Formats: sequence, C-alpha cells, structure tokens
Amino acid sequence: MKSLGRFYLIATLVFLYTPILVMMAMGFNESQLYELPFTFSMRWYDALWNNKILLTAGMNSIIIALITSVLATALGTMASVALSRRTFRGKSLLQLMLLPPIAIPWLITGTAMLIFFYWTGIGRGMHALLIGHVALAIPYVVLVVGTGFRTIRADLEEAAMSLGSTPVHAFFSVTLPLLYPSILGAALFAFAVSLDQFVISYFLATPGYTTLPVQIYSSIRKGFTPEINAISTVLLLGSMTVILIFARFAKPGDTSDKR
Amino acid sequence: MTNVKVNSVAKTYGTTPVLADITTEFPEGSFTSLLGPSGSGKTTLLRIIAGFIKPDQGVVMIGNNDVTDVPVWGRNIGMMFQSYALFPHMTIAQNVAFGLERRGIKGAEARKEVDRALEMVRLPGFGDRTPKQLSGGQQQRVALARAIVIKPSVLLLDEPLSALDRRLRQEMQVELLRIQRESGLTTIFVTHDQEEALTLSDKVAILDKGRIVQIGEPETVYEKPLTRFAAEFLGDSNFLTGTVENGAVRLADGSVVKSTSALPANGSTVTLAIRPEKMAITSGDTADNSIKARITTVIYAGPVLSYHLETADGVPLKLFAQNRDGTVLKEGDEISLGWSAEHTVAVAD
Repeated sequence: MKSLGRFYLIATLVFLYTPILVMMAMGFNESQLYELPFTFSMRWYDALWNNKILLTAGMNSIIIALITSVLATALGTMASVALSRRTFRGKSLLQLMLLPPIAIPWLITGTAMLIFFYWTGIGRGMHALLIGHVALAIPYVVLVVGTGFRTIRADLEEAAMSLGSTPVHAFFSVTLPLLYPSILGAALFAFAVSLDQFVISYFLATPGYTTLPVQIYSSIRKGFTPEINAISTVLLLGSMTVILIFARFAKPGDTSDKR
Repeated sequence: MTNVKVNSVAKTYGTTPVLADITTEFPEGSFTSLLGPSGSGKTTLLRIIAGFIKPDQGVVMIGNNDVTDVPVWGRNIGMMFQSYALFPHMTIAQNVAFGLERRGIKGAEARKEVDRALEMVRLPGFGDRTPKQLSGGQQQRVALARAIVIKPSVLLLDEPLSALDRRLRQEMQVELLRIQRESGLTTIFVTHDQEEALTLSDKVAILDKGRIVQIGEPETVYEKPLTRFAAEFLGDSNFLTGTVENGAVRLADGSVVKSTSALPANGSTVTLAIRPEKMAITSGDTADNSIKARITTVIYAGPVLSYHLETADGVPLKLFAQNRDGTVLKEGDEISLGWSAEHTVAVAD
C-alpha cells in the first residue's frame, strides 16, 4: 500500500512537472521551431535580453503583482479582522458575498469591469489593471486570513487586555504575530492571482501597457520564438523561489502552536 | 488588595435577561466562588467585573473607585481563563512579563519579578520554554503567575481548572489556595463544580437565572440552603412536602416531621430539604424524624453506598451510607430512615 502511494505521488509530480521541464529545456534549444536533437544554446536568452517589449511586459506584470499583493493583503486582512472579531449589521451577507467572485468566470468579471470602467471614465491602463487585480485578489485574502483567524482563540486578546493592553496593542502584539503566516500566504496568493491573470488583463491592458500573459498571447498569435520559453522560465523560477522560501519559514498547515 | 462591590448590576441580551439586579460585595482578601449552572449568569457577572462586558445598569466598584466606565485594560485585574490563554509565540518569561511591560517595568527589574512569580507557582527555571513544551497543569500555573505578577487589585478566575483532569485539578486547587492566601488577593472564582467551590472558598454565591439566590460561607450554604434550587445544586438533597401544623410538618401520609428551621404559619405548605448523608438506617424510633421506604436502586461506590429509595407515597429519596461493616442492602428491602430535626431545613421553592 505504501509503495503504491509513493508511486502515485511520483506519477502525479511527473505529470505536473514534465511539461514545465520540457518548456524550460526548449528555451535552451538552438532551434526556433522546437526541433530535436537538442542543441544547447543561450541565444533565446540573449534575444530576450534585447526584446524590450517582452521584458517591459514582464516588469509590468511583476510590478502589478507586487502592488496588488500589498494592497489586497492589507485591505483583505482588515476585512478579515472585521468579519472574524466584530459583529455588525449585514455581516453574514457580506461574508457570503465574498465567495461568488471566486466562482464567477473571469471572462464575465472582465467584461463587467471593462464596461464599468468605460462608463465611469476609469478607462484602461495600469490603474485599471491594478483596480481589477486588487478586487479579484481580495476574496482570496479574506478566505486565507479568515481561516488563520479561526485558529487563534479570541481569549488571547482578552488575556492581553486583562494585562493592560488596549485592543489595538493586543491586536499588534498577540493576534498579528500569530496571523503572520496566514497573511504571508494570502499575500503570496494575491501575487499569484495577479501574475497569472490573463482574461481581465487582456480586457484592461492598453497597447502601450500590457502584462506578460497578454504579451505572450499576442506573440503566440504572431508566431513565436523560444524567447517565450526563456521569459517563462525566468518568471517560473522567480515565483517558485518565493513560494519555497515561504514554505520554509511559514510552515503552511502547521497550526500546532496556535491553540 | 481591595474589595470589590457590584451594585444593582443588570445585563440583558436582546430580550433575555442574563443578570437581574445583582448587588453584592467581595471583601478584601476573600475567596468567593460564583457557582451555578450554565446560563445562570456567573460568567457574565465575572466579565462585567473584569470589564469585558458593560452592564446595562448598575455600578462596579474596585476599592473606592467606580470602574463601571473604565475599560478592561485600565482596571488592573488579574485574570485566568479556562483555556489558559498563554501567548503561543512568546516564551514563558515573555508571557509573564507581558503585563509588567505594559506597566513600564522592563529589564532587570522585570526579570526579577518574573523569576519570583515563577517560583511562587513552582516553575522556577521554566522561563525560556514555550507554552507548547508545557503540560496543561504547568501552563495553568504560568497563567496564574502572569495574572499575579502585575499585583492586580482583584484576581478573576474563569473556570481555570475545568480543563484539567481530576488529580491535577485537586493539586491545582491546593496550589491556588496557597497562592491566594500568600498574596492576599481578593479572588472571584467562577465554577460549575460544587465540590471545588466548597473546598476553595471563604464564600460561595449560588446563582440561578441571573440572580444570586444565596451567598455565604460554604458550611452555611451547604447546611442551611435557603431555596430548593440551592439545596439541589450544591450537593444532593431529599425533599419532603407537607403542611405546617403546631410547629412541625405533617406529610401526606399523616406522619409528622420536626424541624428546627423557622416554619411559616400553620396550614401553609412547606418543602423540607434533608441531605442524603444526614439520614441513617434505624431500627426503632430513636431519631427526631423517621420514615419508611423501599430500596429501588443500590449504587456501590466503595467507601460510600448510595441507595435510591421510594416512600409508600412515591416520594423518591436518596441515602448515603458509610460502608462500615460491608453490609449491602438489596433492592426491594424495606427500611426505616431516621434523621434529626436540626438537619431538616425548610426551603423556599
């Protein structure tokens, strides 16, 4: 049974990673048409270095993802605090309304945003992308941080208050440190949601300001080179490093020390 | 070290009254238990004294200060929670020092105080560990150290021992009492464990439906319950109902029961409470009062035999007998029970 389980795990990993590894390998292949035999070459990385359009789009993606991550995490965490620790009118309705956006197809959300932004004069471009991404990421943050909240007993804050902490001090000295892994996880989630986002970005990007997924899509339509593989590899390694660092320090799933 | 007073304190949630006009005093240095079933309002009263809940009306005084409008963090209370509530991301020493730091005590002075508090709860040298590394009993001691190190005006305990197993709980009871006596802290202790309340307290307050039905020394509350609820909730009681007749009580079967309690006027109905351990199996009419009953259930608990009985009129009775000679009566046996007038207490319904 145990070996079967291990086989299953390995098979899953192979299934997940093989396409990615092939994609990475092809970025180092000489041939523009992905032909074999494999000949090692850095030419696509050289080409990428000179491809200002792709590089700019990549930088745009990262900047948008970073800002989205910071904004969505801050706003979502605040919402989580309110939903977890306070009682107010319409709380359960609000809590319920947070979930549908996750299930609504992005195509619909994107269309809605495009129309709404056009009407209100917000228009398209970086600011529109940011608003869209932040709105999209907040429900995920509230979910992740809210789950974290449930592992922290409310009487810890009460204990702090009984010892002389104001509610604000109790939150920052007790709750926030315990919530920190969840907040970090939520930030990562928001980052990933933004970096991954294609549909909404496609609607809200302008010819002068695109993100990497949008740019890759247009490149593919024009006939593409392994430069795409190169930049994908760079991006992939970057985000994997971030995730692994997170996993190392935050130990996701470990709630044993938060009674 | 101050006394605590609550004056006409009331609290209603929605339309449910949780506390109805409570006025009582917790004298300086005393250990008072608030005892009652869940929903009796005992925790609400404690949380009002702590400042977590604002009463709808009434005044809370700690010493000479009216603290009704003072928030928790300004009241200088020490509090222990059922769940220990130690901060998991801090060491034991940091936990204990938390309240000191809020009072501006830091560095060497704080360390000295922390060491002293940990010594008091018999955990010297545990400062560098984390709560996770400690057992439940040890965590509860740390919680106690954290609560008393700030020299609070009053120590509030919210069922702090209920999460511990029986043996550990008894150990902690002794410890708690020792530390309370040493520190002289006015202590208010919420519990639903009647034995715990009797063992620890100078005073026991029995709460029911948001009211204090009786408050007094453990012996008084146990021996002379004022109401049927108090007699039933604190310990076990047998109840006989009859009519007052010439300073005694005539039961439905015609027998007369004597009581030293003050009885209401002739002709009125009265309920008498008798503790099961105050009754004894008798052969003749040697006691003040006696009644015949048939055994329905025998519970053998080692040192104590507990009999459930029924009188001819169908009144259920309980009898606790010391297992002195190893004789165990059987179901269906008819016996005669005797008890003294002194242990027959008239209670209000």
